[in-house]
Amino acid sequence: MNKVFKNADEAIFDVKNNNTIMLGGFGLCGIPENLISALVKRGSTGLTCISNNAGVDDFGIGLLLKTRQVKKMISSYVGENSEFERQLLSGELEVDLIPQGTLAEKCRAAGAGIPAFYTPAGVGTEIAKNKEIKVFNNREYLLEHAFDSDFAFVKAWKGDHLGNLIYRGTARNFNPMMAAAGKITIVEVEELVPTGTLDPNHIHTPSIYVDRIFEGTNYEKRIEKITTQ
Amino acid sequence: MALTKFEIAQRIAKELKNGYYVNLGIGIPTLISNYIPENISVIMQSENGLLGMGPFPEKENVDADLINAGKETITTLDGSSLFDSAESFAMIRRGRVNLTVLGAMEVSQNGDISNWKIPGKMVKGMGGAMDLVASAKNIIVAMMHTNKKGESKLLSKCTLPITGLSCVKKVVTNLAVIDIVNNEFVLKERAPGVTVQEIISATEGDLVVPEDIPEMNF
Repeated sequence: MNKVFKNADEAIFDVKNNNTIMLGGFGLCGIPENLISALVKRGSTGLTCISNNAGVDDFGIGLLLKTRQVKKMISSYVGENSEFERQLLSGELEVDLIPQGTLAEKCRAAGAGIPAFYTPAGVGTEIAKNKEIKVFNNREYLLEHAFDSDFAFVKAWKGDHLGNLIYRGTARNFNPMMAAAGKITIVEVEELVPTGTLDPNHIHTPSIYVDRIFEGTNYEKRIEKITTQ
Repeated sequence: MALTKFEIAQRIAKELKNGYYVNLGIGIPTLISNYIPENISVIMQSENGLLGMGPFPEKENVDADLINAGKETITTLDGSSLFDSAESFAMIRRGRVNLTVLGAMEVSQNGDISNWKIPGKMVKGMGGAMDLVASAKNIIVAMMHTNKKGESKLLSKCTLPITGLSCVKKVVTNLAVIDIVNNEFVLKERAPGVTVQEIISATEGDLVVPEDIPEMNF
């Protein structure tokens, strides 16, 4: 069983037009930089992207928007991106806005074999439109369904050849749930280490969820707002 | 004199209690962390996956892998913990966060809040706001009393799309501290030098005015 690929280009060999792809990251923190670049190069179009944010104009998912490869974005917050705004207002891009905790749970449920769940987020708002409402203990909850995605693009800090992963800082965010949820999970790591060198006590994502792994290169790790004392 | 946004943050900081886990929204709420009383310790939750959010880093310690929900670089502290987004919202829905402070475009007298969308304008999304207001037991809104056009933001009914129903317990504005009790605004304190009459005329919703309205203390 070999999960190790040479680079992002080789790891995404079977991504097709109109696929649905989950991409980890919060803002630009913990995004799969190499996989996004490879996807731009591959030129697949009509993509549905599930990601908390949509990047900025010239980085992250913003790169895929610029090349008009994205048909639909499923996110919780999409500010900070003028090309995104232009495509949305002109009707070129579909957008589904989902409360952030619900977005996370739709990923988690998909990765945990749970088809749907009830949550209080969005009750009484336009998010509740056309959704089943059920009362538990005198409170209303919305029925939300797990995501269904062809691929998960995940960024971890360290990973071994088997696919065990460790994340770093707040770059963890949506990556672990997406790693578990993808039909095919492709992971880029800053450091690929031999199997047996990571402490089993410290693994965040067990190898069973990971289909492909490679060591990324040229990480920019751009910061949206550098704030100092 | 009406309060500045810094003074609004300073007044809300008085609501913090020792041992509280607190989630602060973007804008005025973020400023509250500058005014935490010295004799208490509170733990800040950042919904992108951190409990125990520390101050901004020194220049040489900026770390791209450590940001807050406003995407600003931050630090961890002794006792901090890191987790994923599902866990972060699990602890929020579980009701473990003791206090949530949010900004708002409108608040209604039954505690509804609108703060995520202005129809016809660019919609940036609700982020974590809908999850927070749906589950937090103790929600304080920090905002200006009126909008840029001078119209009241404390209304009998919200006109903008709702973020959450009947969830706000207290509103601190540049003019007043107002509690929400039994579907009415109840005036509790006024900003130094601001008259009760000024507050009444800046409040569109039903405002209960008890006999004695003290000036705010800081």
